[in-house]
Amino acid sequence: MHQTTYLGAIREGIAEEMRREERVFVLGEDVGVYGGAFKVTDGFHDEFGPERVIDMPIAESAIVGVSIGAALMGMRPVAEMQFMDFISCGFDQIVNEAATYRYRYGGACSVPMVVRGPSGGNIHGGLFHSQSREAWFTQVAGLKVVMPATAYDAKGLIKAAIRDNNPVIFFEHKYLYRRVKENIPDEEYIVPLGKARVASAGTDITVVTWGAMVSLCQAAAELLEEDDIDLEVIDIRTMVPLDTETILESVRKTNRVMVVHEASRTGGFGGEIAAILAEQAFDSLDAPIVRIASADTHVPFSPPLERFYLPSVTDVVEAARKLARY
Amino acid sequence: MNAKTPARSQRRAPSVADGRDARRDRDLLYGLYRQLWRVRHFEESIGRLNKQGKILGGVYSGRGQEAIVVGTIYGLRRDDKVAPVHRDMGAFLVKGMSARQMMSQIMARASAPSRGKDSWTHTGDLEIGVIGSTSMLASSMPIAAGVALAGRMLGRDSVAVCYFGEGSTARGDFHEALNFAGIHRIPCVWICENNQYAYSTPPALESAVPFYKKGEAYGMPSCAIDGNDVLEVYDTTMAAVERARRGEGGTFVECVTYRMDGHSEADQANYRDRAEVERWAEKDPIGRYRRYLLDHGFDEADLPEPPPDVVQEVRDAVEFAQNSPLPEGHEAAEDLFDESAGVTHWATPYPNYVRTPWLGR
Ligand SMILES: Cc1ncc(C[n+]2csc(CCOP(=O)(O)OP(=O)(O)O)c2C)c(N)n1
Repeated sequence: MHQTTYLGAIREGIAEEMRREERVFVLGEDVGVYGGAFKVTDGFHDEFGPERVIDMPIAESAIVGVSIGAALMGMRPVAEMQFMDFISCGFDQIVNEAATYRYRYGGACSVPMVVRGPSGGNIHGGLFHSQSREAWFTQVAGLKVVMPATAYDAKGLIKAAIRDNNPVIFFEHKYLYRRVKENIPDEEYIVPLGKARVASAGTDITVVTWGAMVSLCQAAAELLEEDDIDLEVIDIRTMVPLDTETILESVRKTNRVMVVHEASRTGGFGGEIAAILAEQAFDSLDAPIVRIASADTHVPFSPPLERFYLPSVTDVVEAARKLARY
Repeated sequence: MNAKTPARSQRRAPSVADGRDARRDRDLLYGLYRQLWRVRHFEESIGRLNKQGKILGGVYSGRGQEAIVVGTIYGLRRDDKVAPVHRDMGAFLVKGMSARQMMSQIMARASAPSRGKDSWTHTGDLEIGVIGSTSMLASSMPIAAGVALAGRMLGRDSVAVCYFGEGSTARGDFHEALNFAGIHRIPCVWICENNQYAYSTPPALESAVPFYKKGEAYGMPSCAIDGNDVLEVYDTTMAAVERARRGEGGTFVECVTYRMDGHSEADQANYRDRAEVERWAEKDPIGRYRRYLLDHGFDEADLPEPPPDVVQEVRDAVEFAQNSPLPEGHEAAEDLFDESAGVTHWATPYPNYVRTPWLGR
């Protein structure tokens, strides 16, 4: 075991994959000598050299497109978006190119690549350094979408993403980067894509969540012990593929469910989970499904505004009390 | 420089010290000096406040690059438009936004032009022609072209001046904007601020050709000038602006300069060497211009460092911002849609679960 941060875990994961497999390489803005804006690729330039750690011009469309081209030829690129907000500048390449190649070629090719970078708010980053855009990509067939909540998962999932033969969009939560410190195994391990995790076991209400909201919901669960309300917190880890079985199993046990996410509410992935439960577990539900999400606006900068925008522990606690009484 | 100068491609032009005709209007010469100090002093005070933890979010210093925003904007008319980017805090001030407004903006106050919604240069004032920036590098370039196009469509002879770092010339929006502007002779002057680094990335990894060549590629006169020489920047821009006003289209001006601080306050900038920084410090646009003025009829006493009215203005702005309230949480839901027609959009934002009726709030 050794201690590492969420950020350090991602770094370890990528480095291990680069050592294991020559074809894995990283590219992005300032990822080389500088080691990345958040230092995820710190030391990579020295260890792997400029051929495998490519400093890119400010051109997200090219960063993604070049990755696609290399992936088609059997390489395994790991592309960094300096902030996930800027993924919109590479959006066309991701949704129209990366996602469709294999389908168009009748299964005769694959696009093994990862686009990763920091997302999420609560850091006073303002409109363009705080967005949670995972739902955008879940609407596009052919992409896998991942967002880890712990250091252990961050490492295991990035390794799985790199080994996956499909384009994977890997959202790291920048609020967790240095706040999360954990002991993780020294031995190699993989966390498979598409397997949810019971973050806290409970019997009264299921909370389905991911990313930075997992620890927020766990904090709410602790507070709710005083009310004798036992939350079961499910961290889905990946939106695509989604482990509906683990969610359904939990809901069949608790009969009450809340979906909590940081992205704004309308069109958020919480709506999809709610729909799945309405379709597949309606008979098990003793209460309507509750969605807790950010407000339907941009991620504002000023602290009181951002606090208003984001879900809080209190929101989860209050909603859980009402849900338990329903 | 005459009006034709920008048509000639050149790597470097002569500097202020090279003895250009100095029989200029004394007010103009002092005005430029004062604005240089305004920008510097304002940014220095931001740096101090940041060290005291009074500013949240990123701080991007433009120290060393002041001659560009001052030289390009000082001669513009009120109805001309500017589209600055993150390192051009000074552009907001020179074009006419107040120190109070911008200080409130970076302190996230309700009194700020963005009312606390965002920080830094992510705002503007259309009344006085400030098309602000976002973090999306180069995204404001097609917008600047549209602004300039609209001016022409509305029968005016106003022009736009659009700014971008040399690193941003790699993005698609840069190329799409210039291509369009070239085709339609859009009255927009393109100011490339080549400060030698895009975050940590040096020019050799940003572009295989000199940056001004990219303007040439889209059919507009292009040049590279000394961006630390405020008079040269002023002359070149004014010639380009006049050209645009006459309907002859845009000009690409690469202003060669240096970013004296790190990319942001969080960047130690260890990727560059001391000697390089020291070399550029000698070319500091303010010190250099001051020496020029001293050689051309000004006395020490005429040139305070910084001018007292500038100090006063900045002090007042800091006080004003600090005493302004922060916005209230629910204001996060405001300003999303134009509801002036009395229509409330269905998606007027609500926090969290308030729209789950039985849960209430
Ligand atoms: C589309 C996009 N990609 C990446 C970034 C992150 N970023 C912010 S500033 C910067 C460097 C900009 O360099 P340059 O355009 O030369 O301007 P300078 O900062 O040197 O003034 C980068 C990469 C961004 N803001 N937008």
